[in-house]
Amino acid sequence: MTAPAVSLTQSTRKGRRELKNAIATTLFVASFVIALIPLTLIVVYVIRAGASVFSWAFLTDDLPFSNRREGGGMYPAIVGTLVITGTATAMAVPLGILGGIYLNEYGKKGIIAQVLRFLADVMTGVPSIVMGLFIYTIWVLPRKQAGLSGFAGALALGCLMLPIVIRTTEEILKVVPDELREGSYALGSRKAQAIRTVVMPHAAPGVISGALLGVARVAGETAPLLFTIGIVTSPNFNVFDGPNTALPQQIYINAATFGGFPAAQDRAWGAALALIGIVFLFTLVARIVTAIYTRRSAAV
Amino acid sequence: MATDAPALPNKLSKGPRQLGIVTDWGFRILALAAGLMVFVILALIAIYTTREALPWFREEGLGIFTDNWDPAHNDFGALGLIYGTMLVAGLAVLFSLPISIGIALFITDVAPQRFRRPFVYTVDLLAAIPSVVYGLWALLVLAEPLASLYESLSDATASIPILNTVFANPSASGKSFMTAGIIVAIMITPIITSITREVFATVPASQKEAALALGATRWEMIRGAVFPHSRSGMVAGTMIGLGRAMGETIAIALVIGASQRVSANILGPGDTLASVIANQFGEASGTHRAALIGCGVVLFAITIVISMGARALVTRADRRSAGA
Repeated sequence: MTAPAVSLTQSTRKGRRELKNAIATTLFVASFVIALIPLTLIVVYVIRAGASVFSWAFLTDDLPFSNRREGGGMYPAIVGTLVITGTATAMAVPLGILGGIYLNEYGKKGIIAQVLRFLADVMTGVPSIVMGLFIYTIWVLPRKQAGLSGFAGALALGCLMLPIVIRTTEEILKVVPDELREGSYALGSRKAQAIRTVVMPHAAPGVISGALLGVARVAGETAPLLFTIGIVTSPNFNVFDGPNTALPQQIYINAATFGGFPAAQDRAWGAALALIGIVFLFTLVARIVTAIYTRRSAAV
Repeated sequence: MATDAPALPNKLSKGPRQLGIVTDWGFRILALAAGLMVFVILALIAIYTTREALPWFREEGLGIFTDNWDPAHNDFGALGLIYGTMLVAGLAVLFSLPISIGIALFITDVAPQRFRRPFVYTVDLLAAIPSVVYGLWALLVLAEPLASLYESLSDATASIPILNTVFANPSASGKSFMTAGIIVAIMITPIITSITREVFATVPASQKEAALALGATRWEMIRGAVFPHSRSGMVAGTMIGLGRAMGETIAIALVIGASQRVSANILGPGDTLASVIANQFGEASGTHRAALIGCGVVLFAITIVISMGARALVTRADRRSAGA
């Protein structure tokens, strides 16, 4: 790799340069290894501690009435996480895809698109707890107790997802070749038709994987749910009516308020395992979809 | 599936012409409306949270920037919280930045080509672990060994001037600014890594090869060709990481303890704007609640300024590398 340089033949000098290079390379490798340590420790610990409480009953029983005692399951929280995240997805993904279509197909370099692109990036940086406060002030507060519902939580999560979906959709649409659009126009289609029948089918896998990554990102969020969903001990499938609960919320409550009780700790680890399982599943599916997609578009 | 072209003409011939124009424009307007939602939501956040926080601003005036947060006595100066937010985010970036740059360089310049993608996915897995799980792990597993580490660190530096203030009173539970900084550092590493990695990837291969051809070692090539080209991108990545660190809530709320004062003692308990909201909102009412919402407004303002700055830097870097 490092052939001796003509002007620097002094052996000590060369030695020092190569030593520096070796040190730098070692540091790069070391940083990667250092990042792997917490990842491995956390995953292993969650799996070990979580598996010890995992059972059929844990997944299907209602929450206990007292977090200090043993027993009870996480069923209501699993239900809550799924319906709340599902509702958020149903709201944010179509809007986000449309927004991404606007940025790449209509707005392009125009001033409106530039501003919206910028605002979407700014919105991605808005802390999740601020989203929670926002939904609390605009939705929960005017409705008093009735405002606490899965839907309020879904609104907060949806607001977090929206800019992510917009930007990933735009990135995916950017790599759809213009020839496809032009071919469609040449056949006499209007712009909206070209987008619906040519551009979107081509971009679909990428858009879906982007949306799934957005889902994975918000499914683990706790802060936006703290003041929006209330809490229940039995499953509530109705997002619009009555309070709800979710896995991240249960982990937080069991760790923060009842952290001193072994039963609560166990419950938190079990819920953490269930949550990580759900999040990893979404991430994995997104990765697989992306992998298939890139292989296919490479073949074209 | 992607090339359904032959099916098109049939679809196109359906329906009267005028209807086509209407749906075409209708779709355009629908897409624009969806895009405008971003603007609407950001504006609503600013309006509604500020409105609910008004009682705090009215009662405290400039007192919101004093260091006297004390719900029991109706004092809500947030200086200690702003300080805590800056300190934790600063520590997190301090720990995370060198590691992240190292990982990015490892992936772009050291690792064998075919392992690069798996390595990228591996680092990204860190971002897939939910914040509350980091917090749980830090609280129940990491805090105890850290507490004894802090103890010995404090003892070892007891006679060194500045350090004996900074490391003065380690908290027995391990809950401290430092623990919060460490856990947030882990959480922002994948973000800073992916941004710096993308910036490093834009360095023209010709420049790197030119450096190597002149006899530069890999490290000299990185210093001479990669870093100068990527400076503003690296700063932008750092700022985005900083913004994330400041907004991080749940993990910090679990491990920072609860002391809303400015304190140089980084091994002792503290609080941040975000974590105080999570910890106190449940039992807050009246001015206390307005003050907590106000903390959200302050946090919103800080993160917006930071991400705007980062965005501007990225745009500038893009323009420069496009021109090069």
